[in-house]
Amino acid sequence: MAVTIAKERWTSKVNEMVIGVEPNVVKVGGDSTLPFLHFEGEMPNKPVVALEVWDMEPPDWPAVLTAPFAGVLGDPAAWAKKCVEYGAGLICLRLAATHPDNKDATPEEAAQSALKVAGAVDVPLIVIGSGVEEKDAAVMEKVGEALNGRKCLIGCATVNNYKTITASCMVNGHNIIASSPLDINLAKQLNILITEMNLAADRIAIDPLVGALGYGIEYAYSIMERSRLGALTGDKMLAMPVICFVGQEAWKSKEAKTEDNEEWGAQERRAILWEVVTATSFAQAGGSIFVLRHPESLKQFNTHIAEMMKPNNY
Amino acid sequence: MLLIGERINGMFKDIKEAILNKDPAAVEYWAKRQTEKGAHILDVNTGPTVSKEDQPAVMEWLVKAAQAASPLPCCLDSTNPDAIEAGLKVHKGRAMINSTSADQWKMDIYFPMAVKYNAMLIGLAMNEKGVPKSAADRAALAMELIVNADMHGLPMPDLFVDPLALPANVGQDHGPEVIEAIRQIKTLADPPPRTTMGLSNVSQRCAERHLLNRTYMVLCMAAGLDSAIVDVDDELLVDAAAAAEVLLNRDIYCDSFLKTFRQR
Repeated sequence: MAVTIAKERWTSKVNEMVIGVEPNVVKVGGDSTLPFLHFEGEMPNKPVVALEVWDMEPPDWPAVLTAPFAGVLGDPAAWAKKCVEYGAGLICLRLAATHPDNKDATPEEAAQSALKVAGAVDVPLIVIGSGVEEKDAAVMEKVGEALNGRKCLIGCATVNNYKTITASCMVNGHNIIASSPLDINLAKQLNILITEMNLAADRIAIDPLVGALGYGIEYAYSIMERSRLGALTGDKMLAMPVICFVGQEAWKSKEAKTEDNEEWGAQERRAILWEVVTATSFAQAGGSIFVLRHPESLKQFNTHIAEMMKPNNY
Repeated sequence: MLLIGERINGMFKDIKEAILNKDPAAVEYWAKRQTEKGAHILDVNTGPTVSKEDQPAVMEWLVKAAQAASPLPCCLDSTNPDAIEAGLKVHKGRAMINSTSADQWKMDIYFPMAVKYNAMLIGLAMNEKGVPKSAADRAALAMELIVNADMHGLPMPDLFVDPLALPANVGQDHGPEVIEAIRQIKTLADPPPRTTMGLSNVSQRCAERHLLNRTYMVLCMAAGLDSAIVDVDDELLVDAAAAAEVLLNRDIYCDSFLKTFRQR
């Protein structure tokens, strides 16, 4: 007996965002259905991975995570090159040194680091601050200026600092990351506030502040799912591609940090698995950009995505 | 909630004069104003003073004038199929036809017309016998409309069933029947047809018209009303629609919900 495949008729789609400049652009979003339902709608761009690079040596990364980057951790440009060798589609530069508790690097110093990384690699750049809202605004003003015209994705803009970061994006031609703490209403409101400053909606990526597997993954999952359903049914202020900072969450987990032991087995395999499973889950929820840390996670994630992107037309 | 602006109608004095004098200013004014006020579609009606022979030409003129001033699609409102087709021929974008009744001879005209022009169609839950009294009888006529949509290949969400609201001071007992009819109509097919109504009818010749309209709209929305032909100049009515969308979980809440509702 023939099976009738139920297909939803969606009225709208996710915005397509372009990061970087020709010939090295990365496009994300553009989906007109739920993730990987190729028989129902279009998924023109596959989920992409950015590997994280820091402007200082990360103080609390476990040895299994620093090992693949041995010798380059103190040099952001060399580190970024290494990431591209590992197959990163984008580089996510985290300006951790600007944090007052770290080196309290100045916005000018941060801009220098960003320029060095931009000069070292061809892939598009994501640049984020240290998470201190006020400082991030000052930093992104200078970083945006230094990277003028490179169409980077910069952030993270919050309801408290979005004005300066949005202005920097508009003047210098970048895309913006709009962060809201697991709150779909706030996410929508922040997108409205940013577009009210006249930054085009297709230059905003939503950062829902995801949690890792075992650490609230389901909250972010349902928020992403709900905003995708909103986007597909015509909610223009939720039709932005979603960026998932998976690495920072997965490598914070006890499961990733605990060393080899009899009960849990080898740390390296376990930690990478934690990062990969967190990321692939969010790919199912509609994530477009995945910021990971371990090169092996990138490899496994891409293998999974290649399989999921195969057409399934019934 | 799709709001269909009711104002470009020859029943209103300024539109009637615009038609008689061939002066599009009033039509353009209301097309623009209703667009700004949050309408999604503009109802366009030649009114009762235009003779049957003149209706197609007047409809064509009204549609052109409205669409010259607004990017919105029109809801072509006439009992004359020739007038509706004349409007469809010059209309830009996806039009809405207002309306067919559940009489077979009318459905045989309007359903193929809607399909031919890729238009949406309002179907009234009434026939030559008049407006039914009960919810069940309204639903039965809605079913006739649904069967015809299916038969003629009109996508179900493009059929807008109007259960026909009557003035509160004349047909008070119809009020709850219409609400129940909406609830039932939404269960008659999957995907279901959409629903609509001429909202201002509920308050004809009543006091506190705006309040009655607003309240009834929200009651009906809770039962599944998807759209209505309304007075978008009533700002509080548009606010109430926006609030109801949020409270019914049809629109995701954000602090600017009154504004985003009007932007769509």
